Amino acid sequence: MTAILETKDLSITFGGHTAVDSVSIAVPHNHFKSIIGPNGAGKTTFFNLLSGQLMPSKGQVLYKGSEITKLSPTKRTRAGIGRSFQITNVFPNLTVMENVRLAVQSHAGVRYQMLKHFRSFDKFEQEAEEWLKLVLLDDKKDALARNLAHGEKRKLEIAMLLALNTEVLLLDEPTAGMSLEEVPAILDVIRKIKQRGDRTIILIEHKMDMIMDLSDSIMVLFNGALLADGTPEEIMKNEMVQSAYLGGLHSEHTAKA
Amino acid sequence: MTKVFSNNRMNIFYMIVALFLAVLPFVYDSRSTLILLSQVFIFAVLAMSYDILLGYTGIVSFGHAMFFGIGAYTVGVFMKRFEPETSYFLLAVLVTILLTAVVSYIVGLLTLRLKSHFYAMLTMAFAGLFLVLAEKWRTVTYGNDGFTFRVPEFLRDRTDFYLICLASMVIVFILLKRFTNSPLGKVLQAIRENEQRTESLGYSVLQYKVIASVVSGVLAGIAGILYAVSLRFVNTSVFTMDITLDALLMTIIGGVGTLVGAIIGAGIIEFSHHWLTELAKVHWIFERWIIFFGIIYILAVMFFPMGIVGSLQKLKFGRKKKTSAPVKSEAVSQGDS
Repeated sequence: MTAILETKDLSITFGGHTAVDSVSIAVPHNHFKSIIGPNGAGKTTFFNLLSGQLMPSKGQVLYKGSEITKLSPTKRTRAGIGRSFQITNVFPNLTVMENVRLAVQSHAGVRYQMLKHFRSFDKFEQEAEEWLKLVLLDDKKDALARNLAHGEKRKLEIAMLLALNTEVLLLDEPTAGMSLEEVPAILDVIRKIKQRGDRTIILIEHKMDMIMDLSDSIMVLFNGALLADGTPEEIMKNEMVQSAYLGGLHSEHTAKA
Repeated sequence: MTKVFSNNRMNIFYMIVALFLAVLPFVYDSRSTLILLSQVFIFAVLAMSYDILLGYTGIVSFGHAMFFGIGAYTVGVFMKRFEPETSYFLLAVLVTILLTAVVSYIVGLLTLRLKSHFYAMLTMAFAGLFLVLAEKWRTVTYGNDGFTFRVPEFLRDRTDFYLICLASMVIVFILLKRFTNSPLGKVLQAIRENEQRTESLGYSVLQYKVIASVVSGVLAGIAGILYAVSLRFVNTSVFTMDITLDALLMTIIGGVGTLVGAIIGAGIIEFSHHWLTELAKVHWIFERWIIFFGIIYILAVMFFPMGIVGSLQKLKFGRKKKTSAPVKSEAVSQGDS
């Protein structure tokens, strides 16, 4: 079991506050891992360290065995680690199609073509349309991204990530802020990708039923530290995790430290 | 399909306007109008080059005059030092392209990592550096007073020069249309919209910004060449903030991110400048035309924040979209660390 993505002793400190505290994990190829933890536990910060938005104060990130700790987000994406954002992060004044096409174009490696018209790359448009169909957004392809409803923006966000076609997908609360009716569609998309079996997915979520259903393993962050890491069953049985979610752990945890 | 059709219609419209402008000197022989229109075309090139930065890549530069000035001085010095011949003129164009490309590349690499307002300030400082250089390097630039020079034969006739300026504007417009509609142009727009996201899509933002800066710098240099040739004179004013502000305001009034807007903006600013100065004969207050300019700018920003072309496009777009569902308010996403 070789790990595709690994962290060793990964830490980041903001001022005096340690947001991620010596987290070491190893994610095997084509694995589905979820990250849970209360608000402020450092989940998104951990993602930012994996995707390169933040540089760690200490520790390493390894991708397929080689160190990528110092690589920029751009280079990590090109290497094969794509991410979606928790706070909707699209191109507001471009159309839905243009948003996805930019991802397709990047994956195809057409980055510096400045003499041909973008319409001469038909296949990008077709591919982008397929991704939009997958997230049920193809009927909105000509709308400006800023005119989409929140749930639709989330879908667009995921379509952009999928269109990058990276081996590793980092999904930061893909269903955050969505209405209940919209969640199943996204869940369906994630399940479809998982079933294809050729992607490694790391998911941050609060919806426990979704996590239990999808995950091969779950890691729990609490106050920036790795509290537990194991199969869904193990995590459910773990007393520390239960008290972290039910409260009361904080004092106990600090007492131990 | 409709999109292609309407694009074609626009292209036909542009072609008719260009043709009209091309035959104008043969049917309407007014020297002052030709000179004024030549100025409009020259500043349209400058404004379009600025639009690549401001409108397409979302970069606010306060140092655009440095490229304009490099072009103006290069052609001036070449014509003065060597013979005013076509070969030297072409050499001056080549040197301008090289110089502006190198300077914009270096300045871009040094400054484009910065956040927007720091970038704006630093570009202003670089332009100031060139202004000081032009003032102090008296043996070449004759300091503040500047110098006159003769131009090659083919640039002497006002009608010919008018046509050359028009052709330059049309060529730059076509090239930049293609550039902004290329896959790379789309990435520039993505950077304008959301830098972080562009980066996480695997695009190296700095490289794109430098490319935009080089393209924009070279074209501003070309505008500078034409400007100096039109006056047959060059002094330090070509490096001043006024040039940058003109480019900025032309772009904003016409409509950022549209190219056509830059041309219209250049026309409006140049014509109103001309008319307001003329009105000084009517009342002395118009001698202070800059006051009226100030008022125009304020009104434009208040009522047409997207510029003339931007507002028109919105009007058209708004009418088309009236039937579609209203925008739902955004749900607030849950906060996390």
